[in-house]
Amino acid sequence: MADSGASQPKPSSSVKLVLLGEAAVGKSSLVMRFVNNDFQENKEPTIGAAFLTQKCNLPSRTIKFEIWDTAGQERFASLAPMYYRNAQAALVVYDITKPSSLTKAQHWVAELHRQASPGIVIALVGNKYDLATENDSADVNDADAVPAAEGENPEEEEESTDARRVPTKTAKGYADEEGLLFFETSAKTGQNVAEVFTAIANAIPETSLKGPRGVGGQTNLGRQEDARVNLGSARPEGAKEGCAC
Amino acid sequence: MDETDNAERNAAGPMNGAAASPVPSPKISPKKPDAVEQQDFVNPTLNIIQTLSRKTSTSALSTRTTLPSREGTPPPLPPRPMNLAFLDSRPSTSHSVAPSRPQLVSKATTQLSYTNTQTHNDLRDDSPSSGASRARNFFGLNVRSTASDADDSASVKSYAPTTIEVGGGDSESTLAGIMDDHEKSVLQSLGHKFSDQEAESLFPNDPNFESAFDREFDEIEGMASDGSNEEQIMLQWRAKLKHFLILSSAGKPIYSRHGDDQLVTNYIGVIQTIISFYQSQNDTLKGFTAGDVRFVISSRGPLNLVAISRLPESDAQLRGQLDALYMQILSTLTLPSMERMFAARANYDLRRPLQGTETLLSALSDGFTRGSPSTLLSALECLKLRKTHRQAINKTLLSTRSENLLYGLIVASGKLVSVVRPKKHSLHPGDLHLIFNMLFEAGSVKAGGGENWIPLCLPGFNNTGYLYMYVSFLNLEDPTTPVAERPKSREGGGAADEVAILLISPNKEGFFELRAMRDQLVDQLQKNSSISRIREAVKAGRPRCTDIVPGSPLRHFLYKSRGNVQFTMPAWEPYFESPLERRRLMSLYNTLHTQLHAKPTSLKIHHQTSATNISLAWSTPLFELYAVAPVATSRAALAQSANKIVQWVRREEERVFIIGGAVF
Repeated sequence: MADSGASQPKPSSSVKLVLLGEAAVGKSSLVMRFVNNDFQENKEPTIGAAFLTQKCNLPSRTIKFEIWDTAGQERFASLAPMYYRNAQAALVVYDITKPSSLTKAQHWVAELHRQASPGIVIALVGNKYDLATENDSADVNDADAVPAAEGENPEEEEESTDARRVPTKTAKGYADEEGLLFFETSAKTGQNVAEVFTAIANAIPETSLKGPRGVGGQTNLGRQEDARVNLGSARPEGAKEGCAC
Repeated sequence: MDETDNAERNAAGPMNGAAASPVPSPKISPKKPDAVEQQDFVNPTLNIIQTLSRKTSTSALSTRTTLPSREGTPPPLPPRPMNLAFLDSRPSTSHSVAPSRPQLVSKATTQLSYTNTQTHNDLRDDSPSSGASRARNFFGLNVRSTASDADDSASVKSYAPTTIEVGGGDSESTLAGIMDDHEKSVLQSLGHKFSDQEAESLFPNDPNFESAFDREFDEIEGMASDGSNEEQIMLQWRAKLKHFLILSSAGKPIYSRHGDDQLVTNYIGVIQTIISFYQSQNDTLKGFTAGDVRFVISSRGPLNLVAISRLPESDAQLRGQLDALYMQILSTLTLPSMERMFAARANYDLRRPLQGTETLLSALSDGFTRGSPSTLLSALECLKLRKTHRQAINKTLLSTRSENLLYGLIVASGKLVSVVRPKKHSLHPGDLHLIFNMLFEAGSVKAGGGENWIPLCLPGFNNTGYLYMYVSFLNLEDPTTPVAERPKSREGGGAADEVAILLISPNKEGFFELRAMRDQLVDQLQKNSSISRIREAVKAGRPRCTDIVPGSPLRHFLYKSRGNVQFTMPAWEPYFESPLERRRLMSLYNTLHTQLHAKPTSLKIHHQTSATNISLAWSTPLFELYAVAPVATSRAALAQSANKIVQWVRREEERVFIIGGAVF
């Protein structure tokens, strides 16, 4: 895991991160998995926003995430700018069993590109991976029952029997187009959750880090590439940087 | 309290006659004929928009007033059932408590025999009918014996075999319910030492109610796609003791505590039809009774709210509960924005903007179903703390107050510890109830961990705009580390270790400012050892009746200070630990409260005796007191205990209540 603050005095810097996405896609669950390594079924909806912090140790430095976990309901949307303003990173979450949530995620990405700080690192995260069947090899029967995610090509053969309604390919394709990090996670099993945050930590350009505890953050300029190697995750696409327009 | 005695006597007369209705009837609550109510009321609500504006203003006002006293009739709301999905998160609470439903109690016979039995122990019994009661002792004994199986009753039986007439035809069932109690008292009178658990219950057994209450908070199953289980689901739905429905005046469902859309649609349609029928007559429907179920309707602007209850609750009490639900909706939307939504389209679907707040509405509803002293009295409870200790905390709050702070609150285990507020604004109990509900009952906030920044409207303060509330839960053992994650507690008012700091500001961007204030505040509270004092007070919990007045026969009481809009009460333990016993106690309080606040004749003192308990309600301009004791207690002893409680509160006033608070 990425936590445990037991390391040597490494340069440390804080990163403001905001979670956005439709209601009930699992934003709070992701955060709770990341911060407490815990999971609750049927979590009640977040009201307003929750502020949490968690450290993430990279080989070269420590990143202290200051996380804004926002509520997904429509009525809170107007407050979102308050949270993503000055954010260095954003996690835009959708639910792989609910195509409309990807559409909503795309709106958030567009809004971030338009209004957030130019260097913001955005990760697109498809949550509830545990609801997808493990082997995609299975029957193709239901394939036609699967509604396509809007705006993307209709689903291929891939996922079928299970609850998955957003093919990995679709979302991945979109993420690549937009230059986003992309992961599919399960807050329930913990799969890929730490990886998302590690990848974000690595993708934050050193220059945009302000070390809260002194100048440490700046000394490591240029090491970022090395750090990236440590992302042992199965998803090499994780390292892409969000580009500013 | 001599006056009490006299008054008691006076009150006793009417009471005995009426005894059957208030106490025993779990099903039959005292309801007035609909016709009467409708007459009171001439309120043409045909035109929705008119209704809107009018009700709006009404609602604002009524919100501010105390719930119980509310006469104002809220206009009916449009129904809109909520998603079952949200209900999932609801408490699978095993509240196995059913409200008391003493059919037995109602029998005059029963009461007498009880009293009589006690008379043996307490000859000083001052009840007006003491002579008669003595005679009845025999009857009581006999009666019991007839119903009971042989064994110890044998000797008893020999006393007087004739008694049965007293009970009349019903005597059998009556007796059956009371038997245990009788036996005890009999045994006691015979000099046996008798202290088994049965003796401790103040309420007769009522298996039906118990099982109903047991299942009250269970989820209703989903409808099978082929509709095969429809009947079963309907039965489950109808078996609920209490329903809350909210619909728009156009008849769109907004919220329903039980059942999904599919299930409640028909009912919503029926209710809407009934409501609009009266509206078309330029009349307003306030409530009606069907069988053992009471319907109360509150029309508020574009909303109709409906409470459906089998519990012994008065219309005013139910209306107070509907008000709280209405305030919750306003708290989410604010009044102007809700009105705007409906002004644009009368059939607007309010479920969308309310998405995610179903849990709050349901937590409120379930609180009402479980029974909450705070709602009944529309008052707050404070943490008992020494005056100097509270002053130290107040001072700390004042000294760390940040510039944009409106209200600052420290809350421990659901009780208020201290408040800092501007001089010209006091806190409305209804608003605080919404906040406490959100933090301690609904679990949405506390389950998430971390600190929270919550936009909310406090309708009692100002129903037109939002405030922003910073919430941080403290770990009392180690206050510097905020609680990362708190265990869910759904039971009454939050676990003991939950201390929350709430800082409310009108400034939307004020999170970090208030966060800094919190850090400073906690730091100082720790330095002046206030934290450890709070911890001790939380650990000490509420005192028991016997701690307050040694030897007191009282089992429980509620004392509301009218001036402070606060109340205090002893611990639920040991007699009312289970939700069922608590619900029964609250039902008794409901009844007492109803009697005390009945219009047009409001009593000063009300005495009530049932087969299993004796209770008192006492109202003065300064306070309201409700007290309960086992039936063996004499009226004099009860009155005396009540006086002692009043003295105690007077002595401890600055500890049990927050007087003034930190004002700037």
